[in-house]
Amino acid sequence: MQVTMTVNGAEVTRDVEPRQLLVHFLRETLGLTGTHWGCDTSNCGTCVVLVDGLPVKSCTQLAAMTSGHEVRTVEGLAGGAGLDPVQQGFMAEHGLQCGFCTPGMMLTARALLDRDPDPDEATIREAISGQICRCTGYATIVRSVRWAAEHPAAAATDQEVTA
Amino acid sequence: MQVPAPFDYARATSVAEALELLERHGEEARLVAGGHSLLPMMKLRLARPDWVVDINDVAELRHITEEPGRLRVGALTRHAELLGSEVVGRLFPIVHDAERVIADPVVRNRGTIGGSLAQADPAEDLTTVCDVLRAEVVIAGRDGERVVAMPEFHRGPYETACAQDEIVTEVRFPVRAGQGSAYEKVERRVGDWAVAAAGAALVLDDGGAITEAAVGLTALGLEGLAVEAAAVLVGQRPDEALFAEAARLAAAASAPVEDGRGPVDYKRHLADELTRRVLRTAAARAGALTAVQGG
Repeated sequence: MQVTMTVNGAEVTRDVEPRQLLVHFLRETLGLTGTHWGCDTSNCGTCVVLVDGLPVKSCTQLAAMTSGHEVRTVEGLAGGAGLDPVQQGFMAEHGLQCGFCTPGMMLTARALLDRDPDPDEATIREAISGQICRCTGYATIVRSVRWAAEHPAAAATDQEVTA
Repeated sequence: MQVPAPFDYARATSVAEALELLERHGEEARLVAGGHSLLPMMKLRLARPDWVVDINDVAELRHITEEPGRLRVGALTRHAELLGSEVVGRLFPIVHDAERVIADPVVRNRGTIGGSLAQADPAEDLTTVCDVLRAEVVIAGRDGERVVAMPEFHRGPYETACAQDEIVTEVRFPVRAGQGSAYEKVERRVGDWAVAAAGAALVLDDGGAITEAAVGLTALGLEGLAVEAAAVLVGQRPDEALFAEAARLAAAASAPVEDGRGPVDYKRHLADELTRRVLRTAAARAGALTAVQGG
């Protein structure tokens, strides 16, 4: 069957099997491997992407169900002005070690900050409670999101990104 | 990689179209809304439908409507929307109590009230919530709509009054003056199914006496309400000794089974303790309501 959706601002149309999960559509059909694929059981949250602005677990949604909708993956976080403040926050506050949970964490953080630009620690912890990190123990992730909240207009230069 | 077995996909944009698709494709068609019960079951081949009918675009099923004497909630209303609804929290704080501990915030963006009730998992929270609020469920079929009370709707684990060719369209909650309600769950970690949970709704009259009571348990082997527990509450004024007696009766009515989430004794202890807690909270909330209305 044919699906058409907007992914990171660009419309894409592809033939898929109805049973293809959104996570595999993004990774294998579109080659957007920034979305990670973990537990397959909607527990770990590494596959989180934004669909119509809301975080969802892409291992538990069919690509077919997403047709006609708008998807944002980690590849779509950075804009013309450089990295998203959330991405800069994760760099500034060491919000990652292995990086496996990071794309999902950053997208959930982006969605949180879009509706609540100044969340306290409890609000951030609640927002990411459906996603598992096995490296940092969450403290630095929470600090990274706070950093982004405190630097909403931060725009990284190329130098900062590559530094 | 866990991937469902092959199937065909159809998308409905109205209840009538969904019913027509269910009829056309027969026994092996399944509705999908949030997908967080069906898709995992399909990955494990516990479900293997030939057709999946997507009802996420059926806009008529997605609403929260306040009317005199009742609140109508469309079956496609997401958990996150219930949790974000001021009117739901004001009229039925038990729904917000439960929604805060259903799965996790990301899953709550997809899961729906209709899906939760229709799936009827024995550790699912909204069945107990709807039981104690004496909700009614609207079911649409080829011959029109029917409205069934929760005891008739929920027949047991994974079994409801909604037939293969029907759709749950709405849940109706009666609004009662002076009602307070509460839900509390023990889970091993965020997003896990309940080890045990309890819900209660109390109606207090102007004098502070309990005129209506309902107590329900989740994941504790009790289908429907804890009738004996409710019976001792009615006609009495709320106090700790009364709650202790009602909780003892609720625990006695429970029939937990030992599993990875705990032994029988522990779960029965939770039935007792959680019932006390939700009765305390429900009574306090009912009192607050009475005070506001009386004042």
